Parts: sequence; C-alpha cells; structure tokens
Amino acid sequence: MTRQKLATDELPRKCREMRRTIVKTIGDANMGHIGGDLSVIDILGTLYFHVLDIDPQQPRSPQRDRFILSKGHCAVALYTVMAHAGYFPIEELSSFIQPHSRLNGHPCNMKVAGVETSTGPLGHGLPVAVGAATGAKLKSEAWRVFVVVGDGELQEGSNWEAAMTAAHGDLDNLTLIVDRNRLQQGDRTQDVTSMDPLAERFRAFGWEAFEIDGHDHAALAELLERPRGSGLPRCIIANTFKGKGVSFIEDRVEWHHKVPTAEQVQQALSELE
Amino acid sequence: MDTRELHDCRNAFAETLEALADQDANIVTVVNDSIGSSKLGGFRSKWPQRLVNVGIAEQTLVGVGAGLANAGMIPFVCAASCFLTGRALEQIKADVVYSNANVKLCGMSSGVAYGELGPTHHSIEDLAWTRPLAGLDIFVPADDVETAAIIRHVATNDRPAFVRLSRMGVPSLLPEDYQFEPGKAVTLREGNDISLLACGVTVCRALDAAERLAEQGIRARVVNVSSISPLDQQTIIDCARDTGHILTIEEHSVRGGMGSAVAEVVVENTPCRMKLLGFPEFAPTGSPEWLLDHVGMSVEGIVDAAQALLK
Repeated sequence: MTRQKLATDELPRKCREMRRTIVKTIGDANMGHIGGDLSVIDILGTLYFHVLDIDPQQPRSPQRDRFILSKGHCAVALYTVMAHAGYFPIEELSSFIQPHSRLNGHPCNMKVAGVETSTGPLGHGLPVAVGAATGAKLKSEAWRVFVVVGDGELQEGSNWEAAMTAAHGDLDNLTLIVDRNRLQQGDRTQDVTSMDPLAERFRAFGWEAFEIDGHDHAALAELLERPRGSGLPRCIIANTFKGKGVSFIEDRVEWHHKVPTAEQVQQALSELE
Repeated sequence: MDTRELHDCRNAFAETLEALADQDANIVTVVNDSIGSSKLGGFRSKWPQRLVNVGIAEQTLVGVGAGLANAGMIPFVCAASCFLTGRALEQIKADVVYSNANVKLCGMSSGVAYGELGPTHHSIEDLAWTRPLAGLDIFVPADDVETAAIIRHVATNDRPAFVRLSRMGVPSLLPEDYQFEPGKAVTLREGNDISLLACGVTVCRALDAAERLAEQGIRARVVNVSSISPLDQQTIIDCARDTGHILTIEEHSVRGGMGSAVAEVVVENTPCRMKLLGFPEFAPTGSPEWLLDHVGMSVEGIVDAAQALLK
C-alpha cells in the first residue's frame, strides 16, 4: 500500500484539526453524536494515519487491513478521518445527512467505499470483524482486522458471543479497541450496567487485554502495532473522555447527541486552535 | 398412503454444496452447532477448516457470515430457520442485506418440520420477517431437484440470499434437467378454472389436489412459486386474469408469506377471488404432516377450499 503515514508526534496536530472538522460538521448539519465523535477521534486518527495498511485510492484492495466502526452513531468521526485520509474531499462533509447524501447518519458500505460494513445498531461490528479475521486465516492472508466499540455498546450480548468465538478461533489477527469514555446516551455506564473489571472480563474470555490512555497516540500506536502471534485476539481498552478537547462538552452525559449553538461552535473551535 | 419415494431435500442441499465446494475453495459453511441438522457432516470431513462452528450464537453466526463475505469468501450460513431469521433478523438486515454481503442464509427445518417441538421451533414467520428486505433473494424449493438447482444458483451469484429448506419428505416433482430461474414461477399443470399457487412442501399436495379436482371436471392450474423474492408478477397476473380464482397454499403463517405476496400483486393489478391457506395462528404440536392436514392443507382440504372459492 502506498499511503504516507504520519509519525506519532504528528498525530496530535492532525487529530486537533479533525476535532475542528467534527465540531463544524455537526454544527452545520445540526445533528451528530459530538461526545462520542470527540472521544474516539484519537483512536481513529492513530489507526488511519499510522497503523492501517490501506490505500484510499484503492479502497477495495483485497490486501487492505479492515477497520470496522461498530459504534456507527459516531459516523462524523469516521467520515472526518476518511476525508482527511483522502477517501473523499473534506468539503463533502458539508453534505452530511442532507437529502440523498451518501454520508448517512450512520455509515453505509454501499455508499462510501472504504466503509467495510454498514453499522448503526449496536453490537454488530465485532461479529463481522470475527468473520473477516477468520476469512484472513482461512486464506492465509496477512492483513489484519481492527474494530472499535463503545463501552456502553458492550452491554449488547452479541459482543460476548463474538468474544468467545474469536478466542476459540485463535484470532490473533483481530484487535478490538474499546472507546472507554464511561458515558452512554442516558447516563454513566457505571450507573446503568457496570462493566468493571473490563480487562479482566476479556482475559477471562480468552483474550489478551491492555488498558491505556485512549488520547495518547504514541501508546495507542505502540499497542496497535505490537507484533502478533500470541494466538490470542487482542483487546485494547482505551480510556477516553467523551467530548474530549471542548471544555463544556467533556465528560458530560447530556452531550451524547446534543448540538452546539453557533456561539458554542465558535467557542469550541477557539479551544481547539 | 403416498407410495412415491420421498426425499429429504437437505440431502440434495448437502450433496450439491459439497460438489460446489470441491470446485471453489472460497465456499465455506457457518453453523450454530447445527452440523447434523444441516447435513454438513460430510462437508466437515472433507474440509474441517472450512466449516466455522460459532456455537449456539445466532447473532454472531450471521455477523461472522458477513465478515467472511467481506474477506472474499462465499459463506453458507446454516441454522434452524426459526432461530436464524428470528434471533438474527437485525444482523440479516444490517450486516447482510443493507451491506450487500455475499451471504447465503440457509434456513434449515423451516415451516413446521419440527412439528412436535411446538411453536417455538416452528418457522412459520420466516418469510414474513425477511420479505420486506429488498435486496434479499428468497427461494423456497419444492423438491430435491429444485433444491440442488437453487443451491447452484445462489453459489454462483453474488447476491445475498435466503433459502428456506425443509426436512419433510417430498416426492421429486421436477425433471432432472430443470433449470432454476430467479423471479420465475413455474407452471406445473395447466388449467383455466382456478389457480393453485404453492411453494415448498405444499407443491406436491397442490398437484394431487388438482388431480382430484380434474375428476370433478374442475381444471386447476398449479404454479410453483419457489422464487418469493423476486416474485414473478406476470405469472400471477396471468393466473388472476385467466382463471379468476387464486388459492395459495403454503407451510407458513397466512400473514406475510407467499400468499400475502401474491395478494399484493393481485390487488394492485387484477383483483380476483382469493383464498390463502396456511397457518392462521400458532400451531398445535404434532407431526408436520398432521399439522398441514389439521389447518386445511391435506389434499382433501385443498380440494374443499378450491370448491368453496369457486362457489
């Protein structure tokens, strides 16, 4: 693959730029899941600009690494990182959710080349990733599969079905990243269905599990690129803050899909300078 | 007593799939601990790596199928139809159909094949659940010959498909050189007094009923509607226009199945008298044959319904 990668010390600047894109896109569209978009963007930035072996000019190359955003409501973050990576023009983000736009409120693989599978309903991404990783093994292909879920999303039982299947299949070509921002739509995850100790739970399911700062690009990159061969699927619990980078959104439940006013957009953009 | 040789269509399914898999290494099977009931023991012996058993986990079953398709394989996802379509319906919608994943969903032991096990194991809702999913091909073979033809078709066509397979014994109805054509209903017997439209295990009963009706001077046309989606609108319109009476017979709920699909075409194009035979509610427990008879789909029951419709 030919794409130029960024060094880890260049990632913070790129992700700050993408945060601005997210805030502008959601402000203009008057819709979007801004809290989750801002918590996951450092993970997506690290993947798309440092880790993934992909070519935006050949989005369906059979040899590409596969990335699946299971938390499909954070479509703006995915569209943003894809646009910045060159899958489509950044200007097209202004069409988000407009009539007949291919940038749906949740990503559709049939509309946007490079999206691997349509997501939106929670708990779908990991099973599909397990199938893709199994396919790579069956074909003796070296490409890898990465999937991002939200921590609230782990309340869906299908994830745990898939976690068992992945361990049984020795899928060490599969990496699950949990965007552990500890908030879900209506409340703190802790107050809905507590998932602690999360890393221990994955280990009990036969995975190797690591817990890191999900806004630390170098730490993310090191773990995501650490050589494989353990025979175990890998889970990275990335501790993040929902709304990261914008003072009045950060770590607040009410900003799951609240839209900032024009004034708030300006304030957010100035904070993200 | 039926003296014809009866076939379990799952055998034709397994034999055809193995022959295809021998030619194409991309063909894999995905099961939910359903190797025996899907007749995949032979497949597993030949290609143990190419049979993925996810265990009793239907949502992951369908998701894994979609992921294998993403990896360039041709997965045949095999599970009891009641659990495949019911439990994993959203995965079928989002991961397979909306994502246009090249997955072949094989609903085994559909209808009331698990008659004695009761309504939790009956699959008389699967067509109603899947039929609104535009982009999903839905096929219900009438016999062993058509089962083989449909499996060959879906394996060599990169569209998502749902094949509804029974385990009830049925006689061979179609000629050995039968060519399946999606979107085409097959007229098995000509007649201009009434049309009997059937699919799956009820087609042989419809043919027997037409024979009885002929003895009474009633000429019944019999059509095998094996392609539920896409549906052969023209043949249905012809039946309504030529015979004025349509009786549908299916091993499914009367709500939302083949009969409903036919009625949608009739009411919009050539309204005519119609009667839908099928299951009006949760079925009692009993053998599959007894259940079909019990709700009015014995040969006599079909004859009676045809006569009533013609009055």
